[in-house]
Amino acid sequence: MSLDPLTRRWGLIGGAIMAFTGAIGMLVSFDERILISPILSLGYLTLLLAPAIAGHMAARGKVSVLEEPEHDVAQGAQKGLVAGLIAGVFAVVFMLAVNPFDLSEFFPNINDRMFDMMTFDFGLGLGSVVLIVASALAGAAGGAIYGLDDEPREGVFRSAIWVILFSLFELVVSDVIEVDAIVDLIYARGGGLHIWSAIIIGVLAWWLGVRYKGRRAELTQMAKDSEAGSRLRWSLIGVAALLVIVLPMLVGGIVNELLINVALFILMGLGLNIVVGLAGLLDLGYVAFFAVGAYGMAVLTSPLSPAFSPELNWWVALPVVMVLAAIAGVLVGTPVIRMRGDYLAIVTLGFGEIVRILILSDWLTPFLGGAQGITRIPGIPLGATSVSGTSPELFIYMTMLLVGVAAYISYRTQESRIGRAWAAMREDEDVAEAIGISTVQAKLLAFVTGAIIASFAGALFSAKVGTVFHNSFDVLVSIIILVVVIVGGMGSIRGVALGALILIGVLGGPKSQGLLGEFAEFKLLIYGAILVYMMLQRPEGLLPSVRRSRELHQEEAAQDAWLDKKGSFIEEPEASV
Amino acid sequence: MNKKRSLRFLAVIGVLSLVVAACGDSGAEFEAGELGAVTVEAGEAIQIRSLNAISGEVAFLGIPNERAIRMAVEDYGQIHGHDVEVGAGLDDLCSAEGGQQAAQTIVSDEQVVGVIGTSCSGAASGAMPIINDAGLAMISASNTSPSLTSDLEGTAGENYYEGYYRTAHNDLFQGQAAANFVFNNLGLTKVGLIHDGDPYTNGLTTAFENAFEELGGEIVIHTAVTVGQTDMVPVLTEVAAAGPELIFMPIFPAEATFIVQQAPGVSGLENVEWMGADGISVENFMNLPESEGMYFSGPDTRFAENTNEATDLNGAQFLEDYESEFGEAPSADFWGHAYDATTMLLMAIEEVAVVDGDTIHIDRAELREYLTGISGFNGLIGEISCDEYGDCGAAVISIFQHNNLADHQASKSNILYTYPES
Amino acid sequence: MSTEVAPEPVRSRRFKFNWVDGFLWFLRVAALIAIVVGVVGSIQQFADGEGPSAAAWRDLIVSSISTGSMYGLIALGYSMVYGVLGFINFAHGEVFMSGTMVGLISATMLFENGFWDSNPWISILVVLVVAMITSTLVAVAIERVAYRPLRGAPRLIPLITSIGVSFFVQYSFAGLFGVAIRNYPPAPSQLSGNVDILGIPIAGTRLLVIGVAVVSMIGLWYFVTQTKTGSAMRAVAEDKEIAGLMGIDVDKTIVTTFAVGGAMAGVAGLLWALLFRGVDFLTGFLPGIKAFTAAVLGGIGNMPGAMLGGVLLGLFEGVGPQLVLAGLGIPAVSQLKDAVAFAALVLVLIFRPTGLLGERLGSEDRV
Repeated sequence: MSLDPLTRRWGLIGGAIMAFTGAIGMLVSFDERILISPILSLGYLTLLLAPAIAGHMAARGKVSVLEEPEHDVAQGAQKGLVAGLIAGVFAVVFMLAVNPFDLSEFFPNINDRMFDMMTFDFGLGLGSVVLIVASALAGAAGGAIYGLDDEPREGVFRSAIWVILFSLFELVVSDVIEVDAIVDLIYARGGGLHIWSAIIIGVLAWWLGVRYKGRRAELTQMAKDSEAGSRLRWSLIGVAALLVIVLPMLVGGIVNELLINVALFILMGLGLNIVVGLAGLLDLGYVAFFAVGAYGMAVLTSPLSPAFSPELNWWVALPVVMVLAAIAGVLVGTPVIRMRGDYLAIVTLGFGEIVRILILSDWLTPFLGGAQGITRIPGIPLGATSVSGTSPELFIYMTMLLVGVAAYISYRTQESRIGRAWAAMREDEDVAEAIGISTVQAKLLAFVTGAIIASFAGALFSAKVGTVFHNSFDVLVSIIILVVVIVGGMGSIRGVALGALILIGVLGGPKSQGLLGEFAEFKLLIYGAILVYMMLQRPEGLLPSVRRSRELHQEEAAQDAWLDKKGSFIEEPEASV
Repeated sequence: MNKKRSLRFLAVIGVLSLVVAACGDSGAEFEAGELGAVTVEAGEAIQIRSLNAISGEVAFLGIPNERAIRMAVEDYGQIHGHDVEVGAGLDDLCSAEGGQQAAQTIVSDEQVVGVIGTSCSGAASGAMPIINDAGLAMISASNTSPSLTSDLEGTAGENYYEGYYRTAHNDLFQGQAAANFVFNNLGLTKVGLIHDGDPYTNGLTTAFENAFEELGGEIVIHTAVTVGQTDMVPVLTEVAAAGPELIFMPIFPAEATFIVQQAPGVSGLENVEWMGADGISVENFMNLPESEGMYFSGPDTRFAENTNEATDLNGAQFLEDYESEFGEAPSADFWGHAYDATTMLLMAIEEVAVVDGDTIHIDRAELREYLTGISGFNGLIGEISCDEYGDCGAAVISIFQHNNLADHQASKSNILYTYPES
Repeated sequence: MSTEVAPEPVRSRRFKFNWVDGFLWFLRVAALIAIVVGVVGSIQQFADGEGPSAAAWRDLIVSSISTGSMYGLIALGYSMVYGVLGFINFAHGEVFMSGTMVGLISATMLFENGFWDSNPWISILVVLVVAMITSTLVAVAIERVAYRPLRGAPRLIPLITSIGVSFFVQYSFAGLFGVAIRNYPPAPSQLSGNVDILGIPIAGTRLLVIGVAVVSMIGLWYFVTQTKTGSAMRAVAEDKEIAGLMGIDVDKTIVTTFAVGGAMAGVAGLLWALLFRGVDFLTGFLPGIKAFTAAVLGGIGNMPGAMLGGVLLGLFEGVGPQLVLAGLGIPAVSQLKDAVAFAALVLVLIFRPTGLLGERLGSEDRV
C-alpha cells in the first residue's frame, strides 16, 4: 500500500501537536481534570484528540465541491489508522529523542510527569507501544467516523459533544441542580461523570437528536421566516427575554459571577464594535475608556477617594462619568482623526498605556491613589439595599440593564443616518467625504459613543469589585475585547454576545477565570490559536452581520476569490441583531 | 439563597427529589448563632479552602503557601472523626477581581467553614466583603498591607472586615524595623526608595519613609519602576542624582535583577548600599553575584527550632518534608505562616465544634471569636497572639546581609538585626 | 474598509479652519511650551548643581542610544513587512523574543563549560548565529502558516491574525521554557570595562551594541540596494503585480523579506542579551510595540527612517523624563518612561503625519 501524502501530512501534524502539547505542559496540566471517572481526563482527551482529528482529516482527503464525498467506514478507518500510527510514532520518536538528556534546565515541562502521562504510566518501553496503539486506534476511530453516513455521524458527534460538555461544565450543572443527591448520581466525588451517566447522556443526546430533528429544523425555519414586528417575532423575543430574566435565578452565585464578567465584556464589546465594526477605526487602546469609567465612578462615590470625594450616589455619578468618558473620547479621537488607518492602531494603543501609566504614577497618586488604588467603593443603591459584588444574583440585573441600553444604542445607530455614514466611511473614506459626509464628525461620534459604553462597564466594575487598581486596565484588556468582537462577528450584536460568552465565560478574561479554570495557564495560547484559526477560516466571525460579510465578499475580485477559496459563504442573510 | 430554592427545584427531576427529603433533617437541638453554623454529617468531610496566587508572575509566592496548607491539613489529621478537605486550590490572580471571584466560588458552598488566603493584599480587599458577608473566617499567610487590619495603634484600616486574620506581619512593622536598622545600626541618614507600583511594595516604601523620617533621617528620593521594565538606567540616573547613601527597594526579582545588573553603568552609585525585602530574598536573585553584600529585611525564618504545638512539627522537619515532597526548597518566605494559619483554623474548628454523635456543628460566630482570642499559640513562626483587628503575626523581622553566594541558608543566618529589639 | 483606506494624511480639505485644527494647534503649542519650560527647568537645576551630574547625563545618553539602536533593528522588520505587504506584523516582537530565548540555551551551555570566558568573541558570535537562525526560521514559519493564505485579504485581517500569532508564540514559549525570567551569563570581562572614545569613557557593552547595530544596518543597506534579491524586494514593495509581470517570484521575495527582517530581529536579540541579560516569554512584547512606534516615527517603509526612529525613541524615553518632566517638577519621572515614548509618537505624528523621514510605500498603499 502506498502512503497517501495527505495521510502522511496529517499524521505528522497530529504527532507534532501531541509532542507540542506535551512539551508545553498542557497535557500534564489538563490531566488534573477528570471528565469521565476514572477512565478519561481532559489531558488524555487532548492527547488522543490530535490523532483522531488527524485520522478524520486524512480520511476526508481533498474536498472538492464538484464531487460528492465518499463515505466508506472501512476505507476511512484504514486511512485514519495509518495517520494515527504516524502521529503516535512521531510522538514516541519525540519522547525517545528528548529522554536521554536532562532538559529540565531549559524546558521545565519536559519532565518525568510528561513521560508518565504520555506513556500511560507504563514506563518508556511498554508505554511507547501503548501510545502508538492508542494513537492508531484513535486515528482509526476518527477516520471511521468520517466514513459513516450523515445521520449516524451526526449522532456520534452530538453524543460526544454533549458528554464532553456535561463533564466540562460540571460546575454549572451541579450549581443548577443544587441537590447533592442528584449531583452525586451524575458526577463522581472526585470530579467527572460516572461511566454509566456518561453513557446515558450520550444515548439520550443521540436519541433526542434523532427524535426532534425535524422539529428543530421547523423551529429555525419559523424563526427565520417571521418578519420583523410580526406577532411570532415578538413572541420569540419575549421567550428569549423571559429566559434571560429567569436564568440568573436558576443558577447560583458562581455562575452569576461568571455571567457578570461576561456581561461586562459584552458591554465593552458592543462599544468597541461601534468603533471598529461599524466605523472601521481600529482602536487598540479601548481599555482607556473602561478605566475612565471605573476611576471616575471610584472618585465620585468612594469615601476614600484621596483628593476629591463628593461621595455621590451611583445613579447621580453615572451621568458625570459618561460626560468624562465623552471628553476622553474627544481627547483621544481628535489627534488621530487624520491619521492613516494603521497608525490609529498604534497611537490608540499608546493612549491606552498612557492612561494606565498615569493612573499608577506617583505623580497622580494624590488624586487617584496610585499603587494603593481606591477602595471602599459603595455598591449601586437600589431602594433600601445597595447592590454590589457581594450579591451577584442581583448585580447581574444591573449589568443586564446597561447591556440592554448599549444593545439598543448599537441597534438604533446601525440603522440610522450616522450608522450609514459610518458604513460609507468604512467602505471608502474619500468617497464618503465626497458625498457630503463629515468624516470628522462621524469619527468623533464613533469614538464618543464607544467611550460612553465602555464607561458603563467601568462604572459597573467599580461598584461590583469595590476597589480599583491600575492592573485591571492593561493593554491585554483592549486586545481581549477586540478578540471578543472579532470571534463573535464584527458589526453584529448577537456575535459580540456569543463571543463574550465563549471566550470570557468558558476560557476566562484577562483577570477572571472562566468555567474552565484548568485553562488559565494556556488561556492566551488558546486565544491566539482561535484568533488565527478564525481569521484563516471564517474572518467574518461566528455570527456575522449581513452588511459586514457582504462587504467582505464584495470587495475586489481578488478578495472574493480568496474568500471563496475558503468556502466560507454566508448562505442565509441573517438579521444583524 | 434559600429564597430561590423553590425556583431551582423546577430544574430538578421530580422523582429524584424524594431522595433528598429522605436524608434531610437531623441535629435539631443545636442552636446556631447569628452568623449561622455548619453541620458536618457522619462520614462527611469538614470543608476549608485555600486561596492563593498560584499562577502568573507571583506564583512563586502563592505556591509554597498552597503546599504548606495541604501539608498542615495532612499533619493535623482528623477532627472529631471527620476528614478535612481543602478542595482544588483557588487562584486569587493577585488582583481584587480575582479575589472576589474566588470568594464567590467559596461562599457558594455553604459547607465551607474557613479559608486560608489570600496571597496578595489587593486580592484580600476584593475577597473580604464576600467572605465577611457569608460569616466565614479567612486567615492570610502573606498579606501585609496595614489597610487590611489596623495601624497597630488601635485604628482599623480602611479595608478591615470582621473575620479577617493574618499570620503575616504588618508592613508598618517591617517598615519600622528596616528604618531602625538603617538609621541606628548602619548610621545612614539619606535613603532612596524604589517601589514597583504594587500595593505591597508601595505600602512598604511608604511605611519606611514615615518611620525613617520620624527617626530624623531624610528620604532623598521616592521613585518607582514599572513591572516588566528592563531598562533601568533612567531610573537609576534619577536616583543617583538625589545622592542617597542607601537604596531600599522592596520589589520583586525580575526588576531587582535588572537594577543591580545595570547599576554599575550609572555614575554616582558607586558607594551606595543596597537593601531589599522578602520579595527578593529568593534563590534566583540571591544567585546573582551583584546581590552579594546586599541587606535583606523580611520575616525571621529561623524556624528550625520552633515547633507547631498543634502538630508537633518543627521548622527543620517541615523543610525536610517539603523538599522530599516537592523536590525544591520553598520559593518564598511565608510557608511557616501558611502552615501556622492552617493549624490555627483547624484548632479553632476542633475547639468550637459541638459534637452530636457522629455529627458535628461548627458555629461561625464562635469560630471567629475563638480566632480573635488566640494568645500564646506556639507556631513555626513563633508565639502567635491575635489582636482585635486580626493581626496575629509572631512578627519578628530580621535583617541579614547576603555574604555567601554559594550557600543562601548561611547568608540568611548572617542576621545583623532583629525587631522587636529584645 | 476604511482601516485600509489610507488617504494622504494631509489632503486638501474643505474645512479651512475648524475646531479640529484649532485643537491640534492647541496641542502643538501646549506641547512645545511644556517641553521648553521643562528643559529650561532642568538646565536651571543642572546649573544649581542639582539633578544628575554631567557624568550621569553622559551615561544616560549613551545607554539610551544603545537601547534605541536595538529598537531600530527590530523596527526594520516591521518597516520592511509593512512596505511589502502593507500590514503591521504584531508578531514581529515575538520573532525577536524567540531569538533571545534560544540564544540563551547556547550561551548557558558555553558558559557552563567555560568557553564563554575563555573565548568571548567566538561565544558571542555563536550566540548571534543561533539567535539569527532561530528568529529567521520563526519569521518564515509564521509567514508560511499564518500570512500566506491571507494574501489579498482586506488589510485588517492579517493584522488581527498577527495579534493571534503573537499570543500563540508568546505562550508557546511560556509553556516550553517556563515563565520564570532567566539570565544570560555576565558579559565577558573584556567587555564590561569602559572604552575611551575622544576622551569620553563609554561602557564596552554599549559601544559593542551600537557598533553591531551600525554594521548590521550597513549590511542590510548593501543587501537591499546592491543585490538582485534586494532590488526584487524593492520592486515588490513598489508594486506586487507589476513585479510579478517582470518575472520576479513575488512569494519568494516576500519570504526573503520576512527572513531578512527575522535575521535583524535575531541580531537585536543578541543586543538585548548584552544590554539586559534577563529574558522571559514577554521579552518581545514591549520592545515590539516600541519598535513599531520607532518605525512609524521614522516614516514607515523607510529603512534609514526605522533606524533613526529607533535611536530617537530610545533617547525620548530614556532622556525625556529626566530632561523634560523632572524640570516640570513631576515626581518619580522614570515611572512615566513608556508614557513619554507614546506621547512622543503622538506629537511627532501631529507635527509630521508621515513620520520624520517620510513614508515609502508601494503604489497600492499610497492611494
